[in-house]
Amino acid sequence: MDIQTLLSFEWGMMAPEFTILIVGILLSLLDLFGKDTWKKSLPWLAVGGVGVAIIFLLFQYGHGDISILGNTYVFDSFAFYFKLILLIATLLILLMVISRTVQQEVRDRGEYLYLLLAALLGGMMVASGGDLISLFVGLELLSLSSYIMVGLRKRDVRSSEGAMKYLINGSIATAFTLFGMSYVFGLTGSTKLVDIAREMSGSLGSGEPVAIIGFIIMFVGLAFKISTVPFHMWTPDVYEGAVTPVSAFLSVVSKSAGFIIIVRIFWGIFGNATFGGSDTLFATMIDFIAVLAFLTMFIGNLVALRQRNMKRLLAYSSIGHAGYILIPLVSLTPVSLENIWFYLLAYAFMTIGAFMVIYILEQQKQSEDISIFTGLYRESPALAIIMTIFLASLAGIPGTAGFIGKFNIFVGAVAADPAQYILAGTMAVMTVVSYIYYFNIMVQMYIRKPQLEGTTKIARLQSVPLILCVAGTIGLGVFPFIALNFFH
Amino acid sequence: MGTLSLLVFSPFIGLIALLLAGKQSDNITKRIAAFSSLIPLILSILVYAQYQAGSGLSEILRWVQFEVGEQTLTLNYELAVDGFSVILILLTTIIAVLAVFTSSWQIKQNSHLFFMLMFLLEFGILGVFSADNLILFFIFFEITLIPMFFLIGKWGGTDREESAFSYIIYNGLGSMVLLIAIAAIFVTAGTTNFSEAAEYFRTSNEAGLQLGIAIAFLIAFGVKLPIFPLHSWMVKVHVHAPPALVMIHAGVLLKIGAYGLIKFGVGILPASFTTLAPLIAILGLVNLLYGAYLALVQEELRSVLAYSSISHMGIILLGVAALNEAGIQGAIFQSVSHGLISALFFLLVGILLVRTRTTNLRKLSGLARLTPVLAGFFLVAALAGLGLPGMSGFVSEFTVFLGIFENMPVIGAIGTLGIIMTVVYMLRAILKMTYGTYRNMFGDMNDLGMGELIPATILLICIVVIGVYPNTIALTVQQTLETLLVGIGG
Repeated sequence: MDIQTLLSFEWGMMAPEFTILIVGILLSLLDLFGKDTWKKSLPWLAVGGVGVAIIFLLFQYGHGDISILGNTYVFDSFAFYFKLILLIATLLILLMVISRTVQQEVRDRGEYLYLLLAALLGGMMVASGGDLISLFVGLELLSLSSYIMVGLRKRDVRSSEGAMKYLINGSIATAFTLFGMSYVFGLTGSTKLVDIAREMSGSLGSGEPVAIIGFIIMFVGLAFKISTVPFHMWTPDVYEGAVTPVSAFLSVVSKSAGFIIIVRIFWGIFGNATFGGSDTLFATMIDFIAVLAFLTMFIGNLVALRQRNMKRLLAYSSIGHAGYILIPLVSLTPVSLENIWFYLLAYAFMTIGAFMVIYILEQQKQSEDISIFTGLYRESPALAIIMTIFLASLAGIPGTAGFIGKFNIFVGAVAADPAQYILAGTMAVMTVVSYIYYFNIMVQMYIRKPQLEGTTKIARLQSVPLILCVAGTIGLGVFPFIALNFFH
Repeated sequence: MGTLSLLVFSPFIGLIALLLAGKQSDNITKRIAAFSSLIPLILSILVYAQYQAGSGLSEILRWVQFEVGEQTLTLNYELAVDGFSVILILLTTIIAVLAVFTSSWQIKQNSHLFFMLMFLLEFGILGVFSADNLILFFIFFEITLIPMFFLIGKWGGTDREESAFSYIIYNGLGSMVLLIAIAAIFVTAGTTNFSEAAEYFRTSNEAGLQLGIAIAFLIAFGVKLPIFPLHSWMVKVHVHAPPALVMIHAGVLLKIGAYGLIKFGVGILPASFTTLAPLIAILGLVNLLYGAYLALVQEELRSVLAYSSISHMGIILLGVAALNEAGIQGAIFQSVSHGLISALFFLLVGILLVRTRTTNLRKLSGLARLTPVLAGFFLVAALAGLGLPGMSGFVSEFTVFLGIFENMPVIGAIGTLGIIMTVVYMLRAILKMTYGTYRNMFGDMNDLGMGELIPATILLICIVVIGVYPNTIALTVQQTLETLLVGIGG
């Protein structure tokens, strides 16, 4: 590859990634060598960087498909829309980090920032990856940064435990993924998604069983990131151990990246592979994913009923939500991608919002037990109402983004051929189960009396992410067409 | 914004007024609530008048579009009323005003939040009856869940939180079943507008899918009505929720079940409902007899009333199952009549509870000696409930049985047994309470004051007017009824 070809690439398409990379490096250098007085403004630099990246990305709206670096980096509408979710979610989480009032972990502050950005960069590379290797490298960048972020509170036992579990489980999952990829490589002799898809679109012949094994192993490995069964056990421990913004990051950005890579690989490769003559390989494996979706919804929502620690509760609820998002993956209608995207966007706003409220209360009351919500309506009516909005959205009550997301999934499942009534039914029943634990928090806030009389104040900085999340949740719920039209 | 939107959103005036006023003294809060509850009433009378005058009330606004393959699915914000819904809207606003008035002396704590939630509930109910497509109907339907949950859970009696959860689980399941049915209609018919969907299913021949949707409707509205095995939440709500709320709950919310069954079930899927008619008739019979039998052995007045509600809802089911003019007209009559009667009953229960703090029949015995007027009102309400000629209950039961005897005489014959049992349990409960031996457990008690007498009298007048001159309702619903009958006949 000579300098001529290198220069002929449209490097401009990578502007958002470069922005994040440069800001990340800058932050780590400033954190290392900078004066202490500068360090206060470091978070704002990170926020600015992500903001600039969003602006660069928005300029690419409607740009045609491009692939550079020998098809390893792809820009298409899929990459564009999902990167937007990653960036918006990270921006909200950075605002959450800034709002911190209790200064216990001040020494770790810089590290959180550039690790967050590194993880985000990994996620963005996953969204644009056109090659198994670049996808894997992006995923590992995301994973490694996450392991460190979970374990940063090194004097905290739960943090260390969570980091350990996360690392071990994550490594096993990575091994699975690589192992599955090796089957695909063995079958097709290439790591480029385009080439693999072309190779597989012909008759696989005796390679069919190998392709199926590759499919299953790779899916199980990648299921780790989206915390679906069978790799969901790490979720509650890690969320509990990590600092709340990191939990929110794992719950939203990391999970979105997981869905992105799953859609990219499985629709890209196996969606084209013919199997047994007529159907695609993906279509024949739908039952496998459907069973995982069923188990994930079931386990996530039922175990959430027994949780008292708020972060564990949200962890199990996030497992349940991952199960819901698997449904459009299974139903394979033309709206599936749109449904996944919309649900992830809605999920980003409501989950980060809920974590933000927990973060505020956790700092004031030094506890993560559900009792921090007891009598919240007396202490701070505004915070109680805001939390109610997020909970209503998570539960899928009309007027919120969560409802539109769920309704889209229902429509997609019923429109699928053959119709997925069992999955839609499971989702319906599990939604009602989730009412119990979400409404239980509302009971705590409105009906129970607070143990100590006092007021909870929202600091000005804390209100920024809250307002943005409320606007997103309500806005997408009442005017969903804005996002849906944007997607087309 | 048309009159209908104005009406649906009018409870927000009260809500916002209360919000802006902040935490004032109880008196001011109650005054604001009482006055702003009158606004929806005035607007609903206006809507009623416009409907009678025949002017178009429907409104439509573009909302969301889905593209599934070549199909484009559009969701609109569309409101419209027919004869049945306009009457239920009027019923809602009347009962809401009375409930707000009575709760002003029953609710001692947090009245500020209580009234805000009441207005939110009223908003949901008005929306349910004004929505002209299934999605919008569902959205309003779900909106009623949240204020109900808190109203039961915060201001209810001893088992309030358990009742609230039982309410949310049963109704949540019902509404999720409804949501899947709606999604199925949306995808197959490409629309959720009532008349367009009805038009589509008239010509389509997917009998299996239609039957599936019809059963889903039966379950979803069966929870709300409630139909026999799905009723336990409703008894809890009747017994443990604050009486002012039960006025709305028994008076209007349960009628959403009847409204849904008639408007969606019979209206959109007449063919499948004809297939299901025997099942519905048997369920109706079970409701009627089971409710009546259990009402006979209760020791709590509120439990008697809860089971009596189940029994009376059985009559609505019988009317729906008859699937002829008299049957459906009777079911509509019964919805309105039971709404008024149960609102009156729980108004009286609320009045009683303020004085005695119990509704145990044994403890209350000899009530007539202390408060003759209150006891008299109870007796009149009971007579209305058991269907005494000249009151609304009689008209509705009579028309339903007229319809059911035409199509299913055997079911009708067994059903009459329920009517007899109704007389027995109503009179047993009331006589035990008012004319038993006087035990002097409560000391001196005031009889009804002016503020209590007026609401009770208003409800009583409505009951008698419908009983003596049923055409007040019959004429309004005539057109709706004819549209439904065309669907069944075709």
